Amino acid sequence: MSYIANLAKIFVSSAVINNIILIQFLGLCSYIGLTNELSSATGMSYAVIFVTVASSILAWVIDNWILIPTGLQPALQITTFILVIGSFVGLVEIYLKKAIPNLYRAMGIYLPLISTNCLILGVTFINSMNNYDLVESIFSAFGIAFGYMLAMILLAGIRQRLVNSDVPEFFKGKAIAFMVSGILSLAFLGFSGMIK
Amino acid sequence: MKKLKIIWDAIIPNNPVLIIAIGLCSVIAVSNSVQSALLMTLVFAMVQVPSNVIISAMRKIIPNELRVPIFVTVIAAFTTIAALLSQAYFNAIYQIIKLYILLVVVNCIIIGRAEAYAYHNGVVDSLLDGIGNTIGYGLVLLSIAVVRELVGKGSLAGFQILPESYQPMLLMVLPPAGFFMIGILTGAIETYLRNKGGKK
Repeated sequence: MSYIANLAKIFVSSAVINNIILIQFLGLCSYIGLTNELSSATGMSYAVIFVTVASSILAWVIDNWILIPTGLQPALQITTFILVIGSFVGLVEIYLKKAIPNLYRAMGIYLPLISTNCLILGVTFINSMNNYDLVESIFSAFGIAFGYMLAMILLAGIRQRLVNSDVPEFFKGKAIAFMVSGILSLAFLGFSGMIK
Repeated sequence: MKKLKIIWDAIIPNNPVLIIAIGLCSVIAVSNSVQSALLMTLVFAMVQVPSNVIISAMRKIIPNELRVPIFVTVIAAFTTIAALLSQAYFNAIYQIIKLYILLVVVNCIIIGRAEAYAYHNGVVDSLLDGIGNTIGYGLVLLSIAVVRELVGKGSLAGFQILPESYQPMLLMVLPPAGFFMIGILTGAIETYLRNKGGKK
């Protein structure tokens, strides 16, 4: 298989087949918490796309240029990744506030939420586990973030309709969001087997 | 008795998963088999209890502005230990749920307990709080796992329980069932809380 086809395969499989929220269950807090309105769901998704891609490049460089050559990967990978990503998000926040205030206002409130989101760290671990090279890592990160955006927008759209619909007493509140996600997850399960 | 109440509080009245609804990712993801759930609970205990104790012991020398990075470093150290130990002793299960074990480091429950409890309370109290939260987390995880594996495969921890004639409901061990189970549980808890509030 050619390199380009391989990249396309990585993108599709991380976006829909192994959808990060509906199949792998990472980043559920923001998924349930921020999908009350479509605007906050898209805002969070843009922030996630940006941070995921940037931090996966950063994590790849650290993993392959520092941790693996020195043989420290098994012992220090978790600690290094979380500290580097945490401080990276902090730096991005400070930079955006100063340099691009408009973007900061659009993204600002979601950035601090991201640093504790298990999704970002999960992506770096997934890349490292599959031994992806730099370009593959970027495609995988972008695919995962795109899948996140897909799931966020789907649920936000459904929840906006749910406000006016007659939900059974038992499932009022957060419970119906989980049931809807279950059905969405069932639909995404249909993608499995698309790529062998 | 007062000490026992710390443990009890974390198990039922303030159950981290059911009442406060945090740390859901790993609960949904690893609850499709009892073995994974047991290993996950073990790892959770190996991280939650010692990190609570260490953070509580250092609470007077941790500067307020730097507390979150320090919490994360302590938790990351114990997560590494737990991940390496489970790789050494339970490699078969570890390979299946590796991602979720590594991600214990950003588990909201552990960071939440460090911030809300261990940073303000004594070492013994924090130890008990850590044990209580582990039991609270483990109970929910294991009870979901028992239902899912029994209905989905007819077995418990790999042993066949139901007779051969039982037709397993495969859906229960697939990802969507995790959402359905949590949805039903959340619905039950919220209905219970609503009714309790209505009577007052």
